Amino acid sequence: MSFYNEMFEDDGNARLCYLKYLEWLNAPEQTDLIKRKEEAENVFRRTGITFNVYSEKEETEKLIPFDLIPRILTGDEWKIIQRGVEQRVKAINSFLWDIYHHQEIIKAGIIPHSLIEQNEAFLPEMIGFTPPSGIYTHIAGIDLVRTSEKEFFVLEDNVRTPSGVSYMIENRETMYNMFPELFSKIKVRSVTEYPAKLLRALKASSPQLLNDSTVAVLTPGMYNSAYFEHSFLADQMGVELVESQDLQIIDGRVAMRTTQGFKIIDVLYRRVDDMFLDPLSFNENSALGVPGIMDVYKSGSITIANAPGTGIADDKAIYSYIPEIIRFYTGQKALLKNVETWLCRNKEHLQYVLENMSSLVVKEVHGSGGYGMLIGPAASKQELSAFKKKLVRNPANYIAQPTLSLSTVPVLKKSGLVPRHVDLRPFALVSRDNVFVTDGGLTRVALKKGSLVVNSSQGGGTKDTWILENN
Amino acid sequence: MLGRNAAGIYWMFRYLERCENNARLLRAGLRISMTQYDHAGQDWESVLIATSIKTLFDKIYNECNSSSVINFILREKENPSSVISSIDKARQNARMIRTVLTKEVFESINEIYFNLKRLLKRPVTEQSLPKTIDIIQRQSALVRGCLHGTMLRNDVYDFARLGTFVERADNTARILDMKYHILLPAVSYVGSSVDISQWENILRSVSAYQSYRWLNENELNPQGICNYLILDDRLPRSLNFCSKNISLNLKSLSQSYSASFCSVKMSSGQFLYLKQLAIEEIFKNGLHEFLSTFLVKLNSISNQIEKDFRFYK
Repeated sequence: MSFYNEMFEDDGNARLCYLKYLEWLNAPEQTDLIKRKEEAENVFRRTGITFNVYSEKEETEKLIPFDLIPRILTGDEWKIIQRGVEQRVKAINSFLWDIYHHQEIIKAGIIPHSLIEQNEAFLPEMIGFTPPSGIYTHIAGIDLVRTSEKEFFVLEDNVRTPSGVSYMIENRETMYNMFPELFSKIKVRSVTEYPAKLLRALKASSPQLLNDSTVAVLTPGMYNSAYFEHSFLADQMGVELVESQDLQIIDGRVAMRTTQGFKIIDVLYRRVDDMFLDPLSFNENSALGVPGIMDVYKSGSITIANAPGTGIADDKAIYSYIPEIIRFYTGQKALLKNVETWLCRNKEHLQYVLENMSSLVVKEVHGSGGYGMLIGPAASKQELSAFKKKLVRNPANYIAQPTLSLSTVPVLKKSGLVPRHVDLRPFALVSRDNVFVTDGGLTRVALKKGSLVVNSSQGGGTKDTWILENN
Repeated sequence: MLGRNAAGIYWMFRYLERCENNARLLRAGLRISMTQYDHAGQDWESVLIATSIKTLFDKIYNECNSSSVINFILREKENPSSVISSIDKARQNARMIRTVLTKEVFESINEIYFNLKRLLKRPVTEQSLPKTIDIIQRQSALVRGCLHGTMLRNDVYDFARLGTFVERADNTARILDMKYHILLPAVSYVGSSVDISQWENILRSVSAYQSYRWLNENELNPQGICNYLILDDRLPRSLNFCSKNISLNLKSLSQSYSASFCSVKMSSGQFLYLKQLAIEEIFKNGLHEFLSTFLVKLNSISNQIEKDFRFYK
C-alpha cells in the first residue's frame, strides 16, 4: 500500500505548504531540535497537561507524547473540511430533532426503526422534548482521515462529549513558546479564541434570555482521564468547574453550593455521560450526576450541553447512514465522504466481513479509544479466528471498514524525519443560527512505525495543526 | 466561589504549611544530634514527640534512630502527616481547584510535587538531609511567593491565608505543648546542657532561634521562650500573630461578602484574649492547660469556617 505523505511528494520534493517550514527546519541552527523535545515535555508536565491511566498503580498521570513537527494544511484544504463539518453537524442536529419528534426519516424508510428503538444511546426520556434553543449537539468533534491530496473521509462523529480541544490549544501555546520566530515567518491561523467562542455559544443557548447567564462545567472529578481538559476549559472561560457534590436542585432549578449560598446555573456544559447524568432517570448508582436534573431540564429551566440522547447520532451503526441523513435534511450531497461500512447485524454484510476479515478493520459499535478493535492486515491467524468467534456470537455489536491508507506526516526521531500515520479532529460549535469550526484541530499521530492506531490510550501522540492564511 | 473550592485552597495551604513544618522539625533534630553526643536516639525521639505521632511510629518501626525517624517524617506513606503525604494532598487539592489558582501557583505546587517525589524515592541519609530540607523549604517558599505575587486579593486569597495560619498556630501550639514539661522549671534540669539544648530545639523548630537571640541577647529561659512563641506579635509563627491574621482574613471575607459570620466573632474573641494576656498569667494557670484550651478553640474556629463558608454542605 502506498500512503500520501503530506510533507513530501513521491520524488522527495517538499509540498508547497511545507516549504517555508522546511527552510526553517533545515537551517544550521536547528540541528539539535531533538533535544528540545524534552523541553516540551517538561512544559507539559509542569503545566499538568496529563491524562489519567486507570490500570497502573504508581504513575497514574501520563503525558501524551507531543511531536514538534507541525501538521500543515492550506487555507483551501481547510475550506473543504470546514464546509463539510458544518454541513454534517447541521444535519446531525436536524436528525436528532426529528428522531425525538416525528421520526420522518424512519417513515421515509431511510433508517430502519429497529436501529433507533433498540439502541442504548436512544433516550426515550427525550421523546417530544425540544432542548432550549433547539440545539442538541453544541460541541462536536469530527474525526477525519486523509487518503490523497483531495480526499478526506469522516471516520467517526463525536457529538456527545468530544475531548481533545485543550490539547489543540496547549500544543499551540507550547509551539509559540518554543519557536516564536516560526510564527513571525509563517502566518498560522489562531486557535486561542476557542474558549471565548465556546462561552458565547453556551450563553446564547441559555433557557432564558438573560443579560448574563451562569455557565458551569460539570466534571466527573479529578480522576477522570479528561480532567485536565475540564479544568482547562472552565478556567479559560472563567466559569466554575462543578462536581456532583456541588449541585443541588432548589426550587426547581439546578444550583451550585458557593461560599455565599446556592447559585443558580443556567447552562451546564457537562462532561459526564448520559447514563450517569441523573440517577433518578438513568443509572441509579451514579454518584457523578445530579438527582432530578432531568426534571429540571424538561421543565425548560436549564440547558444541558450537549443534550442528553445525542449519542444516537454518533453511534457507529448510524454512521453509515450519515450521507443519507445529510441528503434527507439538507437536500445536498455530503461534502465529506464516509468510509464504506459493513454492518454485521446485516447477514450479507456479516458474510462479507467473515470472508474478508484479514483486509478489514472491525470495530465495536459502542467502542471508543481504540479498544476492542481488530485491524485485519496486522492481526495474526489466531487473533483473526478468535475475533471471528466473538463476531459470530454477537454480530450486531460490530461494524467493519476497509483498511484505509491513512496519510502520513513526518515525526522527529533521532534518525531524522520519519513518516507516521495521522488523523484530524476539527471542533465545531453550534449556535442558533450558525456553526463555527475552529481554524485548527487535534492531529493525532501513531508513533509506532506502520501503525494505524492514533489513540492516546494506545500510545498515539499529538501534533500542532496549522491552517495557513491564504495569500 | 464554590464551597468545595474554598475547602480545597484552605487545605492545600494547610498541607503545604505542614510539609514545611516537618522539614523545620527535622532540621532542629539534626542540629541537636550533631551537638549532643550523650543522647543520641533520644534527640530524634523528641522530634517524634513534637509531631504527636509517636504511637504510629512505634507501630511501623522497631528502632528509633536517625534513619528511621527521617524516613518516617519525610517519606512514610502510612504517616498521614509525612512530607510526602502532605505534598501529595496539597497537590491533589491544587488539581481539584486549578480554576481558582493562577498558572504560577499551580505550576509551582506541581513542581514541588514532582521534585519531592523524585527526591524522596529512596531513603534520605543523614548526609543528604540538609540538602533535602533545603529543597523542601525553598520550594514551599516558591509557592508562597507565587501566591503573594500573582493571586488576586479576594476570597480565594483569604482562604489560602486562613489555611496557612490555622495550620501554623496548630503546629506552634503542639510543639510547645509536647515540650511543656521541659519549659517548666524543674529543679534537676535547670541549667544543665540537656535543658538548654531542648529549648534551643524548640526555637529552631519554629525558625525562631535567630530572631530570639536578636531580641534577647541569647538569654534562653522558659518564660522568655514561651512569651516569644505565644505572645510576641512580631514573630510570624507565634500564636498571637497567627490568631491576629486568622481574625483579619475572616474579617476581610465578612466584608467582601457583606455578611456576618460566627467564625469572625470567635476568631476576634480569641485574638483579643491573647492580646491582653501576660505570660505570668499563663504560667500561673498552667501552660499545658492554656495550650490545650487554645488547640480546642482553634479547632472549633476551623470547624466554624467550614460551616460558615459551606465547605462540605
